[in-house]
Amino acid sequence: MKINLTLKIRRQSGPDEKGQFRTYPSGPISTEISFLEMLDILNERLTREGEEPVAFDHDCREGICGTCGAVVNGIPHGPEKKTTLCQLHMRHFKEGDTLVIEPFRARALKLEKDLVVDRSAFDQIIREGGYVSVNTGSAPEANTIPVPQNTAEQAMNGAECIGCGACVAACPNASAMLFVGAKISQLALLPQGGPERSRRALAMVKKMDELGFGNCGNERECEAACPKGISIRNIARMNREFLRAAICSEEE
Amino acid sequence: MKLDAKIPGGPLAEKWDNHRFASKLVSPANRRKYEIIVVGSGLAGSSAAATLAEQGYRVKNFCLQDTPRRGHSIAAQGGINAAKNYQNDGDSIFRLFYDTIKGGDFRAREANVYRLAQISNRIIDQAVAQGVPFARDYGGQLANRSFGGAQVSRTFYARGQTGQQLLLGAYGALMRQVKQGGVEILARREMLELVTIEGEARGIVTRNLLTGETERHAAHAVVLATGGYGNVYFLSTNAMSSNVSAIWRAHKKGAGFANPSFVQIHPTCIPVHGEHQSKLTLMSESLRNDGRVWVPKTPGDKRPPNQIPEAERDYYLENKYPAFGNMVPRDVASRNAKEQCDLGKGVTETGLAVYLDFAGAIERNGAEAIRKKYGNLFEMYERITGRDPMRQPMTIYPAVHYTMGGLWVDYELMTTLPGLYALGEANFSDHGANRLGASALMQGLADGYFILPATIGNYLAGTSTDPVDPGREEFKQAERAAAERTDRLLTIKGKRTVDDFHKELGRIMWDHCGIARNCEGLEKAQTLITALREEFWNNLVVPGRGPDLNQSLERAGRVADFLEFAEMIVEDALAREESCGCHLREECRTEEHEPRRDDEHFSHVAVWEHRENERPRMNLEHLSFENVAPGRRSYK
Repeated sequence: MKINLTLKIRRQSGPDEKGQFRTYPSGPISTEISFLEMLDILNERLTREGEEPVAFDHDCREGICGTCGAVVNGIPHGPEKKTTLCQLHMRHFKEGDTLVIEPFRARALKLEKDLVVDRSAFDQIIREGGYVSVNTGSAPEANTIPVPQNTAEQAMNGAECIGCGACVAACPNASAMLFVGAKISQLALLPQGGPERSRRALAMVKKMDELGFGNCGNERECEAACPKGISIRNIARMNREFLRAAICSEEE
Repeated sequence: MKLDAKIPGGPLAEKWDNHRFASKLVSPANRRKYEIIVVGSGLAGSSAAATLAEQGYRVKNFCLQDTPRRGHSIAAQGGINAAKNYQNDGDSIFRLFYDTIKGGDFRAREANVYRLAQISNRIIDQAVAQGVPFARDYGGQLANRSFGGAQVSRTFYARGQTGQQLLLGAYGALMRQVKQGGVEILARREMLELVTIEGEARGIVTRNLLTGETERHAAHAVVLATGGYGNVYFLSTNAMSSNVSAIWRAHKKGAGFANPSFVQIHPTCIPVHGEHQSKLTLMSESLRNDGRVWVPKTPGDKRPPNQIPEAERDYYLENKYPAFGNMVPRDVASRNAKEQCDLGKGVTETGLAVYLDFAGAIERNGAEAIRKKYGNLFEMYERITGRDPMRQPMTIYPAVHYTMGGLWVDYELMTTLPGLYALGEANFSDHGANRLGASALMQGLADGYFILPATIGNYLAGTSTDPVDPGREEFKQAERAAAERTDRLLTIKGKRTVDDFHKELGRIMWDHCGIARNCEGLEKAQTLITALREEFWNNLVVPGRGPDLNQSLERAGRVADFLEFAEMIVEDALAREESCGCHLREECRTEEHEPRRDDEHFSHVAVWEHRENERPRMNLEHLSFENVAPGRRSYK
């Protein structure tokens, strides 16, 4: 089946330029294709017509690399639950719909061009302790560290985060707490993360604040927008970890 | 071209130890005087960069994504093999070695593959210590599952996101080194040229993808971990940015390219929906543990699957290969799917799909158990196709997935260019003519965590610690060459877009150099590719400017390289007049229609050498098998 849509896309030629919305008819679009394939088709047309195509980030197109993302009709990654933009298919739209497409925006995420944003702030937070400090070669035999199945599953629930930034874009406070909480939870739940537990929580939270991300206001927009369905329980766990470290530990 | 694989002496099981003992070392105090460039941040790249920095080297890590956590290793679903024998089912290092060599159809080096099997166990240890949340049994021990091409259960997994979890583990290790000052990350950079000084690799020229600036980076050694080249087929399971450019540029500077035509076609991908398809999505091969592959017995039977009675279904893999059934290796499964579709038994409107059916498993184990095991894969399938595999069989079809070929490397992972190393999918080393499932992650991490960090000292110890000067003429020249290419692409101002050319190239490759190949088709492909390349350089249109974020220009550079490289794949496929691994030459088949390998004439690695304005020259590395007898690969 084919449908026709109106695309209102926010264009901006560089980080310091002024942005504006441009309106494009989609032309007849097969409902079998993905959202990004629709943008591909638009870009092919713009190229042939001598206009610059819309810059957008994307890579794996199977919902795991975390590169893609845009706000569609006010919702990061579009209207489908637990679905990245690349996995959103056009069968969820209907003839005549207007789609407003904007980049993820937050103080800590600089806009580069059109729909492309800079998410290196996430790297900076992970750098402060989003890992277990173990040099290659010094690991003990794998089964000497038993991990209860349920614990491993819960850790995995946090570890699934793809670092796309939708949580920040969805939050009224531009908070990155779902992202940070997911990593802190994963490592706090597992015995391997134990030795650095306090230091990690303090350092990552500090960096997150420094970079200009806001605080959690329990709106739960992040959870609703998260393409991996990461629960705000992770934020609660992060807060616990932070409090525990701040009050009970001797880490600075 | 001199090909010395530098295989250490001694019995197979002692070669790696012997090599490490005989290698020169760089003293810890001297390591910080050496700079190493690592291009790519997938499993091989990030694990190498992190480990080299842990050892004390100064590392620059480049990736073309916005952050190193996005390398395409992240998309690997099913798992990673290791010879732990936790299931006590008869596994051993030798068995993993044997399965890998056999799976590769006896076209890989014994010594390399044995080392891979030896190291496999330590990779699991390392990943677990990093907090990779592998699946566990109730007692808290690590769980395993089985994979194609093996009769033991040796695959470790983290739901359907094993690649993601391993990559995030390596990325964590990398970020820790960034924090400690050992690694500098240069994201959104694409390598445009390799710089050689007096025949040795000493740096790279990159494009800053945000600003379009070209940049020079000097080092004492260059490591390429830039992944595979499956996107030469346009449609593949690779990420959109996966490309051949870094290793192709290195090849043109003198690095030999091995077995380019060894391309793996994965049997279980979601079928093509139409002309605007941009990529194909793989469904993990682990699904074949419980899913049964079938087509209708009668060609042209268009009834929906649930109306086709049991007796009118052809479970062709189970019937033809009773020992392995649905778990035959990837090449066998792919070839048979194509055969069934060629016979007119393919399903869906396109006729280019077969069923993968879970009804039996659901009845046997219960819906809950199956959902728990494959839930996220099923969701992914439903998201893309709008159909629920719990209620009706999946439809699948083969797609280009992995490239066994790559830069030729010796036992130390050094290419034919001194100082230039290639890791992971970018090299050719361990999978022969076909890779077994769950072995790519194993190889990428073995190369990055354990092998390169142990071998690079052997080269660096003989290299001066004096800094390499990026102001040298060689750098300027490479930078000029890169800038000229960019200008040329921008000034053609023709009519056809990059994607248009890329799709046509992909079509040629898939039709003539895909699952089955023959001499006539390959020769036709050569003519078509040459003509297409000619048109590309005369009729391409690239919008936008050079000094800017310009994604069309990025793609144009990659497709320009694919158009040169494709010719070499075809040349390699033509030269290999045998069927081996994934490579089926239609002229070379037994009377039962099975592939016929020719050990007498083709037990070798074909290594292509670039020559300016001439066809590439083929050099041979002969393979000898002292520990396993190359038997006929049979899964019947």
